[in-house]
Amino acid sequence: MVLRMSLPHRIDDLFARLKKEKRKALVAYLVAGDPDLATTARLVPALAEAGADLIELGIPFSDPLADGIVNQLGCQRALESGTTLPGVLQLVSQLRKEKCNVPLVLFTYYNPVFAFGREKFEAAAIRAGADGLLLLDLPPEEAAHDLPAGGDLRRIVLVAPTTPEARVRSLVSTASGFVYYVSREGVTGMQQTLPATLGEKVSFLKKSTPLPICVGFGISTPEQAGQVAALADGVVVGSAIVDRIAKLGRSPQLIPEIINFLRPIAQAVHSA
Amino acid sequence: MSAKNAYLPVPDASGHFGAYGGRYVPETLVAPLEELGAEFEKAQKDPAFLHELKEMRRDFTGRPTPLYFAERLTQHCGGAKIYLKREDLLHTGAHKINNALGQVILARRMGKKRIIAETGAGQHGVATATMAARYGMECIIYMGEEDMRRQALNVTRMRLLGAKVVGVTAGQKTLKEAVNEAMRDWVTNVRTTHYVLGTAYGAHPYPYMVREFHKVIGEEARAQMMEREEGLPDVICACVGGGSNAIGIFYAFLNDENVRLVGVEAGGEGIKPGKHAARVFRGESWGYCRGRSRFYCRMRMGRSNRPTRYRRGWTMRRWGPNIVT
Repeated sequence: MVLRMSLPHRIDDLFARLKKEKRKALVAYLVAGDPDLATTARLVPALAEAGADLIELGIPFSDPLADGIVNQLGCQRALESGTTLPGVLQLVSQLRKEKCNVPLVLFTYYNPVFAFGREKFEAAAIRAGADGLLLLDLPPEEAAHDLPAGGDLRRIVLVAPTTPEARVRSLVSTASGFVYYVSREGVTGMQQTLPATLGEKVSFLKKSTPLPICVGFGISTPEQAGQVAALADGVVVGSAIVDRIAKLGRSPQLIPEIINFLRPIAQAVHSA
Repeated sequence: MSAKNAYLPVPDASGHFGAYGGRYVPETLVAPLEELGAEFEKAQKDPAFLHELKEMRRDFTGRPTPLYFAERLTQHCGGAKIYLKREDLLHTGAHKINNALGQVILARRMGKKRIIAETGAGQHGVATATMAARYGMECIIYMGEEDMRRQALNVTRMRLLGAKVVGVTAGQKTLKEAVNEAMRDWVTNVRTTHYVLGTAYGAHPYPYMVREFHKVIGEEARAQMMEREEGLPDVICACVGGGSNAIGIFYAFLNDENVRLVGVEAGGEGIKPGKHAARVFRGESWGYCRGRSRFYCRMRMGRSNRPTRYRRGWTMRRWGPNIVT
């Protein structure tokens, strides 16, 4: 585990503050550049205003294996609008310049990072103002020699329902920032019901690591968000946001609609 | 060929062949891939598994396949004696069934009830649907809609064999999207389902396992050449899409210094980006996708030599065999 509590860090500070206030975090996901980077630059502060405590900014990839069709199409739209990894880093610095201080986690796959240059990636991301990195297809076994963790770019680690308990311990030992628990077997996407084993799995995770546990994959209503927030330290909402972006695109209705959608979810999370 | 010496025939514990291979997958798949690798290792040492594989190869798929002396092609080319290893004579018409057979028997051993696969032209889909039908297992084949249109006959064959063919509409509607969709199905249904990956591709143990199921091609060809010519061939030539037939025939000859191994990629309309399928034409750089490190189209390169004109009309490329992992 890599915790540098001595230095201020947006992610660590967020969870420390929420813990003190006995509140849970709402994590929002969207694909940077969907439908274009200018819209994302307006959406990120809007999500924060609606109550998102942390934002996962997807760097679009052509083959997003761990994502469902909604997020894949989000990636496709972002790639069609010409979004690149350097473009997303530029967006992050722009947001920071505009005093948008919400913690930002870059959410992507290994190939864009590898193509950009794994040696220079971490420094570039930190310089831009990103706080964390979640690579969906870089398990710690590969990361150990490909992209070692340990810096100010917190390394968010995914734990899946199929992950054996012994492996959970070794996974979380490489994590920093928070641990992302995938609430079900499958890809990202909205679901009607929550898995029955969720409570059990989250309490095992809590015993395995002092890091906050955020739960995602399939949460789309205030009811679900409230239920998950009662168990975990944070709730991730992704596809439901991307779905609204798909429907409204560049329409002036997009921002107010997203705020209206997210606000009740944020309330449910924050009052859980 | 100096690249041969750099080849590591068995992947290391983490599934890497030198700088290639590995396991770059979503966390949900890590444990199932580990289980698959362990079961495959066990099966390879189990006489019952090996016996079933051998019998099914002989009686169901039709091995050994003949080595045929192509007399007229030899005359036409006016150079080397040309032999054809007739994998096309296997049941379902391609080498693909070597792998589908092995993986479906393995899936049964693992207690899986459902078989899924991706297919491009449809040969792997037909082979997998055939094996699933033989063992009475549910079978779902993912295929890009564009490929379904181009290969309508194979779609019909798969359906006749009882498989459900699911059209994939994302992206370019071809093989790449079909692989993504099959992976997603596997991520979602991993406890009941085995994914019969169609080539020496994807995350460990697939490249290794697929090679093991296809290496019989080269083992037979080697013995047949020794019998027919009392010696080894000068050159072995194989087409490379994903690389399964190529590694299948090359593998038995990897330590033969005097046998040149030549892989041929589709030239398409020319060697400009987007017009061809030659991944090793332009550079040594590689990428990470769908589970393993490998070369990609559109990337710069280095390992392969300059293009060689080899016999009339064929433009050939050579590279170290670890490329096919």
